[in-house]
Amino acid sequence: MSEVSPSTQEHTTAGMKISETDVAVEVVDMHKWYGDFHVLRDINLKVMRGERIVIAGPSGSGKSTLIRCMNRLEEHQEGHIIVNGTELTADLKRIDEVRREVGMVFQHFNLFPHLTILQNLTLAPIWVRGVPKGEAESMAMHYLERVKIPEQANKFPGQLSGGQQQRVAIARSLCMQPRIMLFDEPTSALDPEMVKEVLEVMISLAEEGMTMLCVTHEMGFARQVANRVIFMDQGQIIEQNEPEQFFSNPQHERTKLFLSQILH
Amino acid sequence: MTTSTSYVRDEFSPERPAPGQTGGLILWLRTNLFATPSDALLTILGMVFLFWAVPPLYNFIIGHAVMPGGTVEDCRVEGAGACWAYIYARFNFFIYGFYPIDQYWRPNIVFVMLAALIIPLAIPAAPFKRLNAALFFVVFPVVTFYLLNGGVFGLREVPTEQWGGLMVTLIISLVGIICSIPIGILLALGRQSDLPIIKTLSVMFIELWRAVPLITVLFMASIMLPLFMPTGTTVDKLLRALVGVTLFSSAYMAEVVRGGLQALPRGQYEAGASLGLSYWKRTYFIILPQALKHVIPGIVNNFIALFKDTSLVSIVGIFDLLNTVQSASSDIDWASPTQAVTGYVFAAFMFWIFCFAMSRYSLWMEHRLNTGHKR
Repeated sequence: MSEVSPSTQEHTTAGMKISETDVAVEVVDMHKWYGDFHVLRDINLKVMRGERIVIAGPSGSGKSTLIRCMNRLEEHQEGHIIVNGTELTADLKRIDEVRREVGMVFQHFNLFPHLTILQNLTLAPIWVRGVPKGEAESMAMHYLERVKIPEQANKFPGQLSGGQQQRVAIARSLCMQPRIMLFDEPTSALDPEMVKEVLEVMISLAEEGMTMLCVTHEMGFARQVANRVIFMDQGQIIEQNEPEQFFSNPQHERTKLFLSQILH
Repeated sequence: MTTSTSYVRDEFSPERPAPGQTGGLILWLRTNLFATPSDALLTILGMVFLFWAVPPLYNFIIGHAVMPGGTVEDCRVEGAGACWAYIYARFNFFIYGFYPIDQYWRPNIVFVMLAALIIPLAIPAAPFKRLNAALFFVVFPVVTFYLLNGGVFGLREVPTEQWGGLMVTLIISLVGIICSIPIGILLALGRQSDLPIIKTLSVMFIELWRAVPLITVLFMASIMLPLFMPTGTTVDKLLRALVGVTLFSSAYMAEVVRGGLQALPRGQYEAGASLGLSYWKRTYFIILPQALKHVIPGIVNNFIALFKDTSLVSIVGIFDLLNTVQSASSDIDWASPTQAVTGYVFAAFMFWIFCFAMSRYSLWMEHRLNTGHKR
C-alpha cells in the first residue's frame, strides 16, 4: 500500500468538480447470477459526473463483476444499468454506443501483442470513431506523452515492463476520449516498484475531472483521490462513505474486519 | 575468523560477452554421437544402415540410371537403374495430361502468371500487396478458367476431361487451399457463436465432413450426385471434385482455427470489446491475426495433407499427376523393369518439392511474425 502524505492530499482534492445534476452511471435494483450463483445482489448506485469512486472488498465479493457490468462485459439479469443516459440491454448497438464512451483498464493490461504501441492506441479511434490515421497518431502520441512513454511508440507490448504496459493501456483507453473510466485492479499484477508510476497517471486523470470507478486495494490512492469509497462483500454493497469517514470510522462489522486485515 | 552478514557492493560488475564454444571435433563427437553407451549403439546402427542403404539408392537414382537421351533398350538392360529417359519422354503428359499439344501455350501462360503472382505475394517486402492480392485471388482464377477451358475469344474449347497432370493437381490443391481458409475461419467462428442456430449448423457441417473419408466424398460427388440431379443437367466432374475437396478441407481447417481461437486469452476479446470495436472489427483486427499466427503449423499441415490427398481424385477418373504417372507406366513403348518404379519416384519427388516448400515457408513465416509476446 502506498501511503500519501496529507500535504499532497489537500493539493489534489482542489479543482475536482462533482456535478450535482449530471448522472454518469446509475444502477437500480440490479441482480446478477453466474448459473445458480447469485454473484451481485440488490445493487443500487448512482455515480455523478466527476466522481472518483473506489470499490474495495475481499476477493470474490463481486466488485470486478460490478464494474464489468457497466460496459456489458458481463450481463445482468435483473434491474437497470444506465450509463451516460443509455440503458444497457441486449441491444448490441446500444452496447457499442456505451463502450465508446467508457474506457476500461484491466488487471492484466490486455494490450494487443501483435500490434505496436502506436497501433494499439490508434486502432479504436480509426475503426470505431473514423478518425483519420494521421490525426489518430498525433492524438496517440499526445496521450503517450501524458503517460510519459512517447519513446516506446514503435515497440511491441512484449518489450515493455508491466508498469509501462499498464500506462499504455490507460493511454489506449484515453484515445477514445471516454467520459467514464473503469479500472479493474490496475496495479494488482505489477511489481511493487511499478505501482507508483501507474497510480500517478491515475491521480492526474482524477485531477482533470475524469469520472472514475476503480476497483483497487490501494488504500492510499483511495484516501488521496476518491470522493467515495464503496465496500462490497458477498455480492452486496455493505457500506459507502467519504474516504475520511470510511477509514477512520467504519460502521459495519465486516468493514471493520476488512480494514483491520489490510491496514497494519 | 568472523563472517559478516552485512555487505554493500561498492562497484558494479561489468558486463562480459558469453564464453565461446570450446573443444574440437572429438568433443563434438562425444557430446552428439557417443554421449552414452546407448547413444553409441544407435550411432553405430545408424551408420550400418546408411552403408547398407545409400550405395544401392545412389546406383538406382544416379549411378546406373538411364539419363534423358537414353533409349528404352538401355532401360531394359539387366541391372539398369531408374529410367529417367522415360520420364523425359513422357514429361509433357505428366504436366498437361491429355491437353492438346498445340494448345500447351495456354497452361504455360497460367504457370507463368501463377509464379509471377504468388512469388511477390509470398515476399512480405514486395510492394503493391493489395493489387497483387486482388490480381491473384480474383483476376487470376477467372483468367485461368477461360484460358484453359477456352470457348471464348476464338480459343478452342478444351473440356476438363482433357486436363491433367501436374496442372490439375495444382488447380485442385490451390482452389482447395484458397477456398478452405475463409470457409474454415467462418465455420470456426460459427462454432464459437452465441447464436444457437449458427453454432449448431457449424458443428453439424464440421462433424459431418470430418466423419467421412475423402474417397467417399469424391465418390458421392461424382457418382451419387448426378443421380439426384434433374436429367439433362450435368455439373463438370472436375468442379464436383473441387467442391468436394474444398468442403472436406474446410472442416479440418475450421478445427485448426478453433484451436487458435481458444488459445487466446479472454482478455483480448474483452479489451477489444471495451474499446467499442464491433464483433467483426474485433475479430478481424485483434482475434484472427493472433489466432491464425498460433496455428500456422496446423494450417500448413492441412495444406500439405490436402495437396497429397488430391491424388485421390484419380479414383473418380480425373488425371492428376499421380494418375498420369500410373497410366503412363503401362506404356508399351517404354516397357522396362524399372518403368513403374521410376514413375513413382518421380511423382513422389514432385509432391515432395511442393510440400517441402510449403513447410519451409511456414516455418520462416512463423519466425517473422513472432513479435516476442511470449514473455
